Amino acid sequence: MITLNARRKVAALSCAIAFLNLSLFAIAGEMTNDDSTSSKQNRIEIKDFAFNPQTITVKSGEKVTWINRDEEPHTIVSVGKQFKKSTALDTDQEFTITVGAPGTYDYFCSVHPKMTGTIVVEK
Amino acid sequence: MSDYISHDHEHDGIDRRGFLQCMAWAGTGLLWTISGGVLVSKTLAQVAKAAEPLPATDLSFLQISDSHIGFSKEANKDVTETFKIALDRINAMPTPPSFLIHTGDISQLSKPEEFDTFDEVLKSCRTKDVFYVPGEHDVLNDGGKLYRDRYLKSVEGKGSGWYSFNKNGVHFIGLVNVLDLQAGGLGQLGDDQLEWLEADVKDLGTSTPIVVFAHIPLWAVYPQWGWGTSDSERALGYLKRFGSVTVLNGHIHQVLQKVEGNVTFHTAMSTAFPQPAPGTAPNPGPLKVPAEKLRGMLGLTSVKYLQGKSSLAVVDSNLS
Repeated sequence: MITLNARRKVAALSCAIAFLNLSLFAIAGEMTNDDSTSSKQNRIEIKDFAFNPQTITVKSGEKVTWINRDEEPHTIVSVGKQFKKSTALDTDQEFTITVGAPGTYDYFCSVHPKMTGTIVVEK
Repeated sequence: MSDYISHDHEHDGIDRRGFLQCMAWAGTGLLWTISGGVLVSKTLAQVAKAAEPLPATDLSFLQISDSHIGFSKEANKDVTETFKIALDRINAMPTPPSFLIHTGDISQLSKPEEFDTFDEVLKSCRTKDVFYVPGEHDVLNDGGKLYRDRYLKSVEGKGSGWYSFNKNGVHFIGLVNVLDLQAGGLGQLGDDQLEWLEADVKDLGTSTPIVVFAHIPLWAVYPQWGWGTSDSERALGYLKRFGSVTVLNGHIHQVLQKVEGNVTFHTAMSTAFPQPAPGTAPNPGPLKVPAEKLRGMLGLTSVKYLQGKSSLAVVDSNLS
């Protein structure tokens, strides 16, 4: 009896592990799909007074989102006013634009103009 | 203390005491000491005269800077309180300053309610005259319109808000170097303001003491962090012929000083939070220090001018 019980427990545990693995796999799979489509890839983190990545390549019509991780406010201003500028972003605030025609768009922080970045828009 | 030369070792007409006095008035003579963990500065003239009382001053004014009302992060969760303490210090001065100069960043995010809080707290200050120049935090979203409407009404600011005025024979110039900044660049004055400046000082005698105040330093403190003004050299060129030029800035939340010819550059502490010394941190963001050390790194700057002495005495004090 003891052996049987132990076997049952092992079987049950194996099932649970298998189920758990499957679930984890499924979740991971979904995240990968998300990554490949849009949002995460087109995120620019503002940290240590820098845009990261400094240059991002996106497809025309996609969205680009900045998030400010500094304790200092930052702005996103297009050189030559090629897209709308952000208001000042406080800590953890975001700003999103939808990019238009293919081309290279330089931008900077008007509060700390040493901070510059580039969006390359492809077809 | 006698004024005649007692030890002229070099036969150059000046002894050590005379040299120290002279250097103090040239502005290079600020002596920094740390006493019980408190950073204090005294002019060498004060040190040399030891117990002698300071002479009556013809004009004294006070610089406050970088209040950042609205900031509530770890570096200082109550910037309104430390601003109040700064005003208490001003109210406690035996001789109140003639006026205050605020060298920018009143607010953290240019919000009307931040300016409201600042104005409300400022009412407690005995000294009522305040002259302002904006910091980049004051002009974030509207090119500085709200700021100008609130703080530059009485001075008839030109362009984006620059102006000048005279007090006791000293010519004061408030400059704006936080607007229309260019990608990759530093603080900037711009052609219009520089042309105005050239005309503003054109008819002044070279013996007129000049005080220039602006938010971002008008010298290259640390360009890697944007701590400088791209066209400041041109501005200083117009001021070269004057015997005494004192440049007062904020922005970097710490005291730094430089003397170049007749020009003394001086940056003030913030009343809100300190920033790291140039290049000592990954970025120039707010410097977190232990609570008991914070007030020692916040402060204000007192400036005194005596007629007959061409240079001004600049003394910093902290809020400890």
